[in-house]
Amino acid sequence: MATLNTQVTSEDHFQGAENGAATLVEYGDYECSHCGQAYGIVKRVQKHFGKGLRFVFRNFPLSQMHPHAESAAETAEFAGAHGKFWEMHDGLFENQQHLGGPLYSKLAQDLSLSPAGLQQALSEGMYKDRVRADFSSGVRSGVNGTPTFFINGKRHDGPFDYESLVQAIEEAIGGQKNAISA
Amino acid sequence: MAMENAKLHDYTAGTAVINGHAAPSELLPAGTEAPDFSLHVTPDQTLSLRELRGKPVILAFYPADWSPVCGDQMALYNEVLPEFQKFGAELLGVSVDGVWCHRAFAEARHLHFSLLADFEPKGAVAQSYGAYRRADGFSERALFVIDKSGIIAWSYRSPVAVNPGADGILQALEDLPE
Repeated sequence: MATLNTQVTSEDHFQGAENGAATLVEYGDYECSHCGQAYGIVKRVQKHFGKGLRFVFRNFPLSQMHPHAESAAETAEFAGAHGKFWEMHDGLFENQQHLGGPLYSKLAQDLSLSPAGLQQALSEGMYKDRVRADFSSGVRSGVNGTPTFFINGKRHDGPFDYESLVQAIEEAIGGQKNAISA
Repeated sequence: MAMENAKLHDYTAGTAVINGHAAPSELLPAGTEAPDFSLHVTPDQTLSLRELRGKPVILAFYPADWSPVCGDQMALYNEVLPEFQKFGAELLGVSVDGVWCHRAFAEARHLHFSLLADFEPKGAVAQSYGAYRRADGFSERALFVIDKSGIIAWSYRSPVAVNPGADGILQALEDLPE
């Protein structure tokens, strides 16, 4: 069973409590349609578990297949460096069909970030290393496509519909409780 | 009867049939010399394993081109290619699909490595590596890392439905002696 090889740290982008009962890590690609589907599902899963679930997103752009995947990932990282990662993350997934320079500029503007600054960061590849580091950690952890989820460090090989994810997370939490009480 | 018994235990010939059920084939293990082969890589070019002596080779057998998911196994390896190249390794994808099918698939996915057609006789190379599913008529999802002298250093079979990812390959490349 593949396990997460790079632990979640404060360097990661996460939502939910730092010491929640469960951690869900997604390796995703902003241009991947399956990740686009997963985006809405994860939101529902987060709602279901509330703060008890820590959700982490790491970049896994399949850039040979998806020409905008890398630039979208770097755009999200640019926003992240300015404290707006999740807002940009949401904007990118919600406009998945329109990825590209004009959308990035508009989203940056909407978030009161500098479109020119973003443009410069992209052309200089300022966040390339960060994206590559995510990608490498994914490869080393057994990410085998997008999206790939890890629940409490273990790769989730089942389907990622709402019910399956909720059940897998509940099992992970239950397993932990049993381990503690045993 | 003796013949039949011999057949039952002949795992090297690929999928063994026991009581009518296909048993998983036994992959050639680490330490075995990698069987040489010569397969079409384009309609008018063939590639032999022995031509690659001197560098590590990753042989990735997979069931078929055109798997319907984003980031299928070959597409994933295409993305990970720079990491493989850090080890000087050559990646070869192998399936029973023909050269024209491979060409269309490679173009559609922008693959930057060679796909070999184990097409005629069908699956013969996969069989020689113990990676053929005779009952299905396609190969296992089986990975081999072959060292620069042509010896299998690592082999791994994944369930057909599970994309094995690239972590095992990278670990095996890392573990190769200098």
